[in-house]
Amino acid sequence: MDLFDILLNASFWAAAVRIASPLIFATLGELICERAGVLNLGIEGIMVAGAFAGWMTVYLGFGLWTGVLVAMLVGMAFGFLHAVLTVPFGLSQHVVGLGVTLLATATAYFAYRLSLPEVTSPPKIEPFQPLEIPLLAKLPLIGPAFFAQTALTYLAFALILAVWLLLYRTPLGLAIRAAGENPASVEAQGLSVTAIRMGAVIAGSGLMAVGGAFLTMSAFSSFFFEMVNGRGWICIALVVFGAWRPGKAALGALLFAAFDALQVRLQQTPMGAVVPYQLFLMVPYVLSILALILMSRRAEVPAALMMPFNKGER
Amino acid sequence: MRLEPIANPTLARRIGLPAVALVLTVIAASLLALLAGANPFATLGLIVQGAAGSKFALLETLNRATPLIFTGLAAAVAFRARLWNIGAEAQLYAGAVVTVLLGTGALGLPAPLLLPLLALAAMLAGAAILLGPVLLKTRLGVDEVVTTLLFNFIMLLFVSYLLEGPMKDPMGMGWPKSAALIPEARLPRIVTGLRLHWGFALALLAALAVWVIQTRTTLGYEIRAVGLNAEAARFAGIPVNRVMVKTALLSGGLAALAGFSEVAGLKGNLTLDLSPGFGYAGIIVAMLALLNPLGVILSALFVAGVFVGADSMSRAAAVPTYIADILTATALLTMVLALRLTHARVRWR
Repeated sequence: MDLFDILLNASFWAAAVRIASPLIFATLGELICERAGVLNLGIEGIMVAGAFAGWMTVYLGFGLWTGVLVAMLVGMAFGFLHAVLTVPFGLSQHVVGLGVTLLATATAYFAYRLSLPEVTSPPKIEPFQPLEIPLLAKLPLIGPAFFAQTALTYLAFALILAVWLLLYRTPLGLAIRAAGENPASVEAQGLSVTAIRMGAVIAGSGLMAVGGAFLTMSAFSSFFFEMVNGRGWICIALVVFGAWRPGKAALGALLFAAFDALQVRLQQTPMGAVVPYQLFLMVPYVLSILALILMSRRAEVPAALMMPFNKGER
Repeated sequence: MRLEPIANPTLARRIGLPAVALVLTVIAASLLALLAGANPFATLGLIVQGAAGSKFALLETLNRATPLIFTGLAAAVAFRARLWNIGAEAQLYAGAVVTVLLGTGALGLPAPLLLPLLALAAMLAGAAILLGPVLLKTRLGVDEVVTTLLFNFIMLLFVSYLLEGPMKDPMGMGWPKSAALIPEARLPRIVTGLRLHWGFALALLAALAVWVIQTRTTLGYEIRAVGLNAEAARFAGIPVNRVMVKTALLSGGLAALAGFSEVAGLKGNLTLDLSPGFGYAGIIVAMLALLNPLGVILSALFVAGVFVGADSMSRAAAVPTYIADILTATALLTMVLALRLTHARVRWR
């Protein structure tokens, strides 16, 4: 009974799309990195840094889009650090990624405490407002879900197509995919694996940071500690779930977000009074693990993922 | 640019490059202090003083190092076999939960019997937590990095449920905390009057035990072989998956001991803030120690010192305590780079 009420409510679908948006940004970012052959475990920290940088920029009086740009640049800076250490130097992508996550998170927290030492309740900014698309927004269920969201959500959905076009319809995309499958073939084409991989990691990290910025600039309007709360790790699972394809990964993010929106609403039902709320909050993490298990047999992992490439070495 | 391996790095290279990494970390600390409007020398001085400037500070550092030795060993053991256990945080809490479960009166035994029993039960719980991810890895090829990371969040929510539900202290004035351990379940202090408990000694013992396992037993040899080249190890007849599982049980058990020692030695009960990220910091500890179990002791002392020192410094100067996290992360990244450059030369073209 309750379940149907929830599923037929437009606000549920709108929430699902809203929850999916930051995941789509970050998942696409991780996907670009991994298609080029680099696992970027910096994602969690880069999202925190992006969330902080975007929010702080707006808090200091700049425009919302300036905030998005600053978040992206901060993400790209951490991406550059990750890329330098893992690509030309070929260091362990696990260790560097976790190191970048710790560094980016700590830097954001440090900067937050430094700029707002006395604050107990986090200050708010004026976030992105929903933009209703005429006519379409009036459609039942789908209208509020897809056509009455903030500009950043529209951007996230446009990016799915853009990343797909990039990867499958441009020479650059072919080079990125080749760098992740067979880097020697890229070198044989006279292209630089190092340049392609570094570019992919830097660009992908920029997207992760925008995903983080979505949280502070479109979803919550303030920055607080632990706000990313494992979303980065979930995105890594979503890339696997989506078999390293942008469309499937984004669909996974939507599906996942729908479950997340559902668990929040189920907490309000009579069932929520009986089942401890922590069990509901576990749902996203458990689902991510299940998604990994489900896809394990069919995974089409990029063949050169996590394999450093050193020119002239066999 | 290209990397050219160096077969026999000179002593200068072996010592010089890690030293450069440390210098870079100190420079980073100075810059952060400047950024915060504080005097860098004074800030660094306060950190060192806060970590080792008095008997109290030194004991605090040793206390903080205790869980870090355990989680550092957990990471070192697993990483040696290229098993990426990033879930020490979850295993730590599993150990803590079991310690509270059995140590609050369920077992009425004298301390010499109860304490080893609690430690053993905690280890089993931690090992059990890691068993899932490692079986998923060996059976289905599911990447253990993501599963162990996600388990941290699940475990923390589970502990939150326990502390608000079945394990909530009825005398706790509504705070989400467990009942206190019975006196027999508390690790006594090493020297009466000094705030340092036997957990620290247990940590040293664990490091020694891991060192013996790694250098003097077949399992240690197998772990190294699997980590260096799993294919070759399989070819040589080493049961790779079985070694992985054994490694995981050892690693999970070690991380759980951190939970046992924090509850039984320091806190006396379980709260949701038992670990301020000891599991994650253990990764840094292990890497800084080059995965050497005895080195873990030193690097845990270093990392603990940075954290304790920064805490005390930020009370005196207006530099946020998160400087400690930035410093340890910087130390990690510069150190892995320094090690790479010890064994390889950069060639442009």
